Amino acid sequence: MIQFKHVSKRFPDGYFALNNIDLNIAAGEMVYVTGHSGAGKSTLLKLIAAIERPTAGSISISGQNIAQLKPGIVPFLRRKIGFVFQDHKLLFDRNVFDNVLLPLQISGFDNRVVASRVRAALDKVGLLKKEKVMPITLSGGERQRLCIARAVVHRPSILIADEPTGNLDIAYARDIMAMFYAFHQVGVTVLIATHDVALLEDTRHRILSLQQGKLAA
Amino acid sequence: MIKAWFGQHLFVLFQSLKRLMSAPVTSLLSILVMGIAFSLPAGIYTLMENLHAFSGQTGTTPQMSLFLKQNSNQLDIDKVRQLLEANEQVLRFEFVSKDKALRQIQQNSGLSDVMRSMTHNPLPDAFTVDMRDTNVEVFDQLRETMQAWPEVEYVQFDSAWTKRLNALLTFGRVIALLLFALLSVAIVAVMFNTIRLQILTKQDEIEVSKLIGATDSFIRRPFLYFGAIQGLASGVTAWLIIALALQMMNDELRALASLYSMDLHLKHLSNADSISLLLFATWLGWLGARISVASHLWQIEPK
Ligand SMILES: Nc1ncnc2c1ncn2[C@@H]1O[C@H](COP(=O)(O)OP(=O)(O)O)[C@@H](O)[C@H]1O
Ligand SMILES: [Mg+2]
Repeated sequence: MIQFKHVSKRFPDGYFALNNIDLNIAAGEMVYVTGHSGAGKSTLLKLIAAIERPTAGSISISGQNIAQLKPGIVPFLRRKIGFVFQDHKLLFDRNVFDNVLLPLQISGFDNRVVASRVRAALDKVGLLKKEKVMPITLSGGERQRLCIARAVVHRPSILIADEPTGNLDIAYARDIMAMFYAFHQVGVTVLIATHDVALLEDTRHRILSLQQGKLAA
Repeated sequence: MIKAWFGQHLFVLFQSLKRLMSAPVTSLLSILVMGIAFSLPAGIYTLMENLHAFSGQTGTTPQMSLFLKQNSNQLDIDKVRQLLEANEQVLRFEFVSKDKALRQIQQNSGLSDVMRSMTHNPLPDAFTVDMRDTNVEVFDQLRETMQAWPEVEYVQFDSAWTKRLNALLTFGRVIALLLFALLSVAIVAVMFNTIRLQILTKQDEIEVSKLIGATDSFIRRPFLYFGAIQGLASGVTAWLIIALALQMMNDELRALASLYSMDLHLKHLSNADSISLLLFATWLGWLGARISVASHLWQIEPK
C-alpha cells in the first residue's frame, strides 16, 4: 500500500534527513517508526502525506506516485490519510466539536451526517462529554485524544501519528496505543512514530528503526 | 451531489456573514467608507440622468422652426411637407399657416392692436419640427440641409443652450466615470487590505486546513464571499445615501417648483441602473478579495 523506493530527503541546508530509504507497508498493517530525536521519523511521515517532497526516489500510495503529484491533487491524497501531528495543530479559536468537524467540512460531507460523525469520533477517544469545551482548557492527554478524533473522523484508510504519546505518563500512553490498535483491528493502515522504546517492548508489530536518516535492519 | 454543493456554498455564505458580525464596528466602518466612496460618482450620475430627463421635459428635445419664403404658395408648402415626411430625423412636424400665426399673436400678445391695424399679414408660413435625436451635431446637420431647400427662408433653432446643456451633461458624465474609476481602485485597495488582515488572523486555520486536505478553492471561498458581501453592502449603502440626498433636495425643490407651478423632482436611479450599481459593487469587493487572496495565501504553506 505504501512503498518507498530509494527515497532521500535533503534539506536546502544540505542535511540529509532521510537517506536512500526502501520500505513496503501492506494495507491494514500496523507499523512503528522509532529512532532518536532527529533521526528522520517526522520527515518520513510527512513524505507520505506530501507535506514534504522527496529530493530523490519515488513514493507510491495505492499505486499512485506521490513524488510527482500535481499540487491540485495533493488535497485529495491528504483526505485519505488521518494525521496526528507532533505539534497537535489544534485550533484554539473553536471548541472541541468544531475542531473535529473541520475535516468533514473540508471534504464536503453532507451537513446532516456530520454531527453524528463528529460525536462518534469523540466517543471513540472518550471526549464526548467535552464537545463544547475550548481546547485551551484540555489537559495534554485530552488534547492528544482530540487530535486523534480529528484524524479519524473522516474514516481514512491510513492513520499516521507522530509521537502521539509525547509527554504522557506510561499508563496514559498505553491507553492511547490501545486506541490505535483498535483502528488497526478494523482494517486501517496505522503508522506510529515514537522515540519511546519502552512502549514497544511487548509489541507484535513491525518496528522500523531509523538511525540518522537510514533504516537499520 | 448538487444539493451538497449548494449546501456547502450556503454554509460558507453563512460563515462569512458570521465573520462580518464578529467584528461589527470594523465591518460597519469599512462598509460605510466604501459606500460613501461609491455614492459620489453614483450620485453625480443620478443628477446627470435627472438633468437629462428634465431637458427632455422642457422641450429641449428640440424643436426647430422652418420659415418659408414670403411669397410661397401651396405648391411650395406641399413640397416642404413631402421633404419633411421623407426625413428620418424628423419625429413629427406641424404646419403653421401665416393666418394661424397671426391669429395666435393677436390673441396672445399685447401687440394685437398693432397687428389688427395692419393691412397685410407680415408673417411667413412655417413648420415646427420635432427631432428624433437629442444630439447637437445631428441638429446642426439637419439645419444645414433644410436651410438649403429653396422654399425655406430661414431655419430657427436655438442650439446654444441645448449645446451648453449637452456639454454639461457630457462633462458631468465624464466626471462621474472618472470618479467611478478612481474610487473603484480605492475600493479594491480597501478590500485587499481587509482580506490581508483577515488572512493574517486566520493563518492557523488556513495552515491546518491545507494539512488535512483543503483545496485552494475551499480556502479561498470564504474570503471571496466576504469580499462580495461587503461590496454588496457598500453598494446598498451608496444607494441609500443617494436616496437620502435626493429626499433632502426634493424637499427644497418642491418649494421652488410651487413658485413656478412646475413639477420638479429628482428621481433615483432606474431599476436597471440600481442593479448595475449593486452588481458592480459586489464584483469590486470580490475582485479586491480575489487579488488579496491570490497574493497572500501562497505565503502560508504548511511546514
Ligand atoms: N525544514 C527543515 N530544514 C532543515 N532541516 C530540517 C528541517 N526539518 C527537519 N530537519 C532536520 O532533519 C532531521 C530529521 O528531523 P525529523 O524528521 O523532525 O526527526 P525526528 O522526527 O525523528 O525527531 C533533523 O536533524 C532536523 O534538524
Ligand atoms: Mg519528530
